[in-house]
Amino acid sequence: MLTLRDVSAGYGSFQALFEISLEVSAGEAVAVIGPNGAGKTTLLRVISGQLPILSGSITLQGRSLLGLPAHRFIEEGIAHCPENRRLFPRMTVEDNLRMGAFIPTARRHFAERLDWVYALFPRLRERRGQLAGTLSGGEQQMCALGRALMSHPKLLLLDEPSAGLAPVLVMQVFDLVRRIRAEGFTVLIVEQNIQQALELVDRAYLLEVGKVKLSGTAGELKNNQFLRQAYMGL
Amino acid sequence: MKRWLPYGCIALLAVVPFAPVPLYYLHLAILILIMGLICTGWSLMGKFGLVSLGHGGFMGIAVYPMALLWNHYGLTPWLGAPIGVGLAVLLGVLIGYPAFRFRVVGHYFALITLALGEVVRLSIIAARELTGGSLGMTPLRVQPITDVSWYAVQFTDKRYFYVIALVAWLGGLWAWRLVNRSMARSALEAISEDEVAAASVGIHVTSQKLRITLLSAAMTGLGAIMLGQYNQYLNPNSLSGISISLEIVFASIVGGMYTMLGPTIGALITIVFRESLRAYFGATLTGMAETIYGLLLILFIIFMPRGLWGFVVARFAHPTGDTSRLEVAATR
Ligand SMILES: Nc1ncnc2c1ncn2[C@@H]1O[C@H](COP(=O)(O)OP(=O)(O)OP(=O)(O)O)[C@@H](O)[C@H]1O
Ligand SMILES: [Mg+2]
Repeated sequence: MLTLRDVSAGYGSFQALFEISLEVSAGEAVAVIGPNGAGKTTLLRVISGQLPILSGSITLQGRSLLGLPAHRFIEEGIAHCPENRRLFPRMTVEDNLRMGAFIPTARRHFAERLDWVYALFPRLRERRGQLAGTLSGGEQQMCALGRALMSHPKLLLLDEPSAGLAPVLVMQVFDLVRRIRAEGFTVLIVEQNIQQALELVDRAYLLEVGKVKLSGTAGELKNNQFLRQAYMGL
Repeated sequence: MKRWLPYGCIALLAVVPFAPVPLYYLHLAILILIMGLICTGWSLMGKFGLVSLGHGGFMGIAVYPMALLWNHYGLTPWLGAPIGVGLAVLLGVLIGYPAFRFRVVGHYFALITLALGEVVRLSIIAARELTGGSLGMTPLRVQPITDVSWYAVQFTDKRYFYVIALVAWLGGLWAWRLVNRSMARSALEAISEDEVAAASVGIHVTSQKLRITLLSAAMTGLGAIMLGQYNQYLNPNSLSGISISLEIVFASIVGGMYTMLGPTIGALITIVFRESLRAYFGATLTGMAETIYGLLLILFIIFMPRGLWGFVVARFAHPTGDTSRLEVAATR
């Protein structure tokens, strides 16, 4: 469904991604793992249109995404749940979800989607009138997931949904993502919790200093000697 | 009862000039309505975090062409006014498009607009053969001289201007209401909180900001046109530049830019305040008004950031004093 071919990108004169090729098929969950500064967030920024690419191609279901302005990506079906969540802190939970359904096609289904997100995350229903900035970290993550789901994206990009959460909440967030998967969404997830991420996804890519170092199915990577030694301390 | 209140107030305002109101008060009312319109326009940007310190620029660029077209070509203000408003909108595009496109936000945006107001003022002064420079200019009296000329929009009777100003001011409130009830409002609120997140949910950040800027510029230009036409006198220092720009900011913040009537209340306060200072101190203490403005502005920003009217509305809506909900209520 999503295909990246030899994508390079960077910030000003600094190149952060070098000829990345990556594939996500419909219904799949794919993880991007790697150390700090490897370019994982940059990669998601590229896929969600926030950062223009220097060379290469990006297509979604065969349609090129090159040159589209950032606000059009969601209409193409790509929802981005960014690093550090980036909720609208002085809006209520429900208004944040409303913003997730901003585009006309989603606005039409607002009421039903809202019910659906609340059914998925009952905690959000309880907190619907609270300002998003005052939610707990885990609740904020739910709200960010909910906001991204409101547009019913073809492809959901998650940037470290478990970052900054206590271990028990990390488990909960992974459960949330599992539930989202079970709903049939295609997910591309960036994670530092490599072991847990590999339990969740079908395939994964290991990024190191802006290059794909390894890729394969979750099963293969779990048994990969290099990955086990360098990143899982096994 | 509550639903009829606005209509009752409008009706009351409409009959004011036909009651035996002293001319001086009618004069003040006209100024308040016009400044109310301008401040309402400013607040449409201000409340979404687009703080402009240069709305005087939109005033000058709208009102001078109208007056010049009248003086040199006899073009009726009915055509001059839309041209002037159009020029204000054009200036809005010239300043807004590059600023928004290249993500000039916050203080930097305020600084750019600050320059805008001054550039317009200096240009008017530089073109002194045409505009009379800092001495100002007077629109020519319509010939033959009459008391009521709709063609020249010149009236000896202030009540004509009162009605025109009232209609324009109501138009401004109507625009405010339209914005408040539209999706643009949610979009702009989202933008003011986080531009990247706003774009990621599908909001066209540049275009949303540009559109509200243009609306604001148009309302400000229209207000300036009415001021010039009412006073029958144009001065670059009162119709462009930093001093009037800051007065607009001051009034809007003091009255409360998050509420529909706040900016007008702010205009009322500043105008009444300025007039009473003049009455008490005469011309002896020049600069007094500005000093007190400055002090009050600091106090308001610290203690009543939503302005006087915002504060009243919030108290009225939630007398219990639950501040988090106060905040939310006051933005409605
Ligand atoms: N806005 C920016 N301007 C300049 N350089 C940036 C910017 N954002 C990221 N970088 C640089 O690009 C490189 C990749 O950053 P990126 O945020 O993609 O890493 P990451 O893999 O997401 O790391 P982490 O796991 O710590 O989130 C880093 O060297 C970083 O310093
Ligand atoms: Mg990152």
